[in-house]
Amino acid sequence: MVVASPLAAYLLVAALLFAIGLAGALTRRNAILVLIGIELMLNAANLNFIAFWRYGPHPEALTGMMFAIFSIAVAAAEAAVGLGLVIQIYRHTRTTDLDQMNRMKG
Amino acid sequence: MAAAPISITLDQIFLLLRDWLVGFLPAGVRPAAGAVLGVIAIVCVFPGLFALTTVFERKGLGRMQNRLGPNRVGPFGFFQPIADGIKALTKEDVIPFRADAAVHFLAPLVLVVAVFMGFAVLPMGRNMVLVDMDAGLLFFFAMGASTELSVFMAGWSSRNKYSILGAMRAVGQMISYEVPLLLSSVSVVMITGSLSLTKIVAAQNQYTGIFPHWYVFTPWGFAAFLMFAIAATAETNRTPFDLPEGESELVAGYFTEYSGFKFALFFLGEYLGMFSISGLGATLFLGGWSAPLSFLSVVPSWIWFFAKVMAAIFVFIWMRGTLPRLRQDQLMNFAWKFVLPFTLLNLVVTALWRFMGEGWARWVVCTAILAGAYVLMGRIEMRRKHFGPRSYRYAE
Amino acid sequence: MSFVFYLIAALTLAGGLAAVLLRNTVHCALALTVAFAGLALLFLGLDAQFAGFAQILIYIGAVAILVVFAILLTRSSETAQEGVFSKSWFAGLVIAAGVFAVLGWAVLAGARALPLVAAAPTVTVQDIGNALVGRYVLPLEIVALLLTAATIGAVIVALHEKERTR
Repeated sequence: MVVASPLAAYLLVAALLFAIGLAGALTRRNAILVLIGIELMLNAANLNFIAFWRYGPHPEALTGMMFAIFSIAVAAAEAAVGLGLVIQIYRHTRTTDLDQMNRMKG
Repeated sequence: MAAAPISITLDQIFLLLRDWLVGFLPAGVRPAAGAVLGVIAIVCVFPGLFALTTVFERKGLGRMQNRLGPNRVGPFGFFQPIADGIKALTKEDVIPFRADAAVHFLAPLVLVVAVFMGFAVLPMGRNMVLVDMDAGLLFFFAMGASTELSVFMAGWSSRNKYSILGAMRAVGQMISYEVPLLLSSVSVVMITGSLSLTKIVAAQNQYTGIFPHWYVFTPWGFAAFLMFAIAATAETNRTPFDLPEGESELVAGYFTEYSGFKFALFFLGEYLGMFSISGLGATLFLGGWSAPLSFLSVVPSWIWFFAKVMAAIFVFIWMRGTLPRLRQDQLMNFAWKFVLPFTLLNLVVTALWRFMGEGWARWVVCTAILAGAYVLMGRIEMRRKHFGPRSYRYAE
Repeated sequence: MSFVFYLIAALTLAGGLAAVLLRNTVHCALALTVAFAGLALLFLGLDAQFAGFAQILIYIGAVAILVVFAILLTRSSETAQEGVFSKSWFAGLVIAAGVFAVLGWAVLAGARALPLVAAAPTVTVQDIGNALVGRYVLPLEIVALLLTAATIGAVIVALHEKERTR
């Protein structure tokens, strides 16, 4: 394997996961699946934070760890509000298909 | 080298047994083999306890309802679980035609595995804990949260209206009561200053005179224990919170479409959930494996742990024989409008207790606040009929 | 890197891929939980016990449940007739591939400068707690405010528009 550094391996996994999430968010029609893609991207970023914390010069300062913990908390709030919006849009338009939500008029 | 007193030998007998068994192996694999033995012990002991509990529950419920209960198989019907087990194993495993086969198959496995994982951090006696984790309590709750998903998987994959209704009810209920469950445990964490369950037990394993320092004997601890017990009952889907599987409404809820061995796995998972949450309650509030009176410490610690767990199970059975089932809206209102605010208040009271220092003043103040809030909230909510007595609109 | 790491990484990536590729929406959500669990295991591999357990508790215990509830409430579990991918799926795929190319190139180009080994940090949960109410107390308060606002916001957004008549 060309990747000798464990940090680089974790970063590659995170990059791949980010790309998968981005592809999901950009290509799926269903609004909920777009949210799933966004969650995957957020998680990839968390993995980066934790990996950099673990292999960084000052793990005792806890910076990366704290960022990941706060990001997990914020992601929970984001999911709740995002899914609430999806449900509300569904009630209004009877669809969660993003390709059909192309009108500004309600 | 003097031989250790017999009480200490008995106390540590399982550890000594493990070390003796592991001693036959080469030194390199000893820690791993010890861990494997611990896992095997947990996997054997708790299903055995489950078998015993089912027969006790059926006989106890029978007594409460003025009948005998199972009494045909073996002496006094005590071999009933064996007969039930053979029946479950030999029954045909029916998978509905429209069901999602993969998810349908995975759901009971996920449930049982997640429930078993929770036992890993429970200290079942002095030095008797499989993994002494720094964040043990968090691990326990993480595993508890994973069971919710298996409930959903079971209900959704069956393609049956009773299953999906039961699953939605169960998940909604488990999420609603998980918040007070976590928050009532947080007050213990605030006082102990640790998420490690062994440290929480160690903090309670002290005595004033002959009386122990259990958290349930403090005002905040008592309130938190009550809230924990309510939330734990709801979390394990027991009466009066057994709406997800209320057999008179939903057949068997989310596992209606399961038969044979998979049904037995769900049954096992439910009882194991009861054991693990009772074990957690005993650990957090009732001193875990510590003896109730100081001179009783000669009795081995694991006996106390299992005695406390079985006492909690008895209360579960007792409540099942006594209380009627709640309605869905009563259940939710009770969770969000009474239990949750009360646990939040209890957190404030716990902080007050922590910072008022030693002395009798904190006993009076904390008790007064909690009792006042309990009475006031109960009165207000009862007046607004949010969880008042049932009124039958169509029967009047 | 150890065999275990490759196994967990493969599990995580397979879960992620399945979450964006499968046709049935509920299967996507379940695959997402596999990815979350794999990530939690990766966190444990990085000696971040607290973050790993918090990941399981919040993502599998709350976010995944929210997602499946939303799927059931919007009747998305019935697979759409006209295909599950958007009309502009090719452009999306190209963009994602481009992003991965850039990220991967950056990691591989910088791989020589990255440290080969680092001593495992000895961080207890107590340290995290002290940091949360010490150095990071302001972010903690802001997150608390945000979560309260999000709870109220989610309830208001998902409420029925019309007043229900009793």
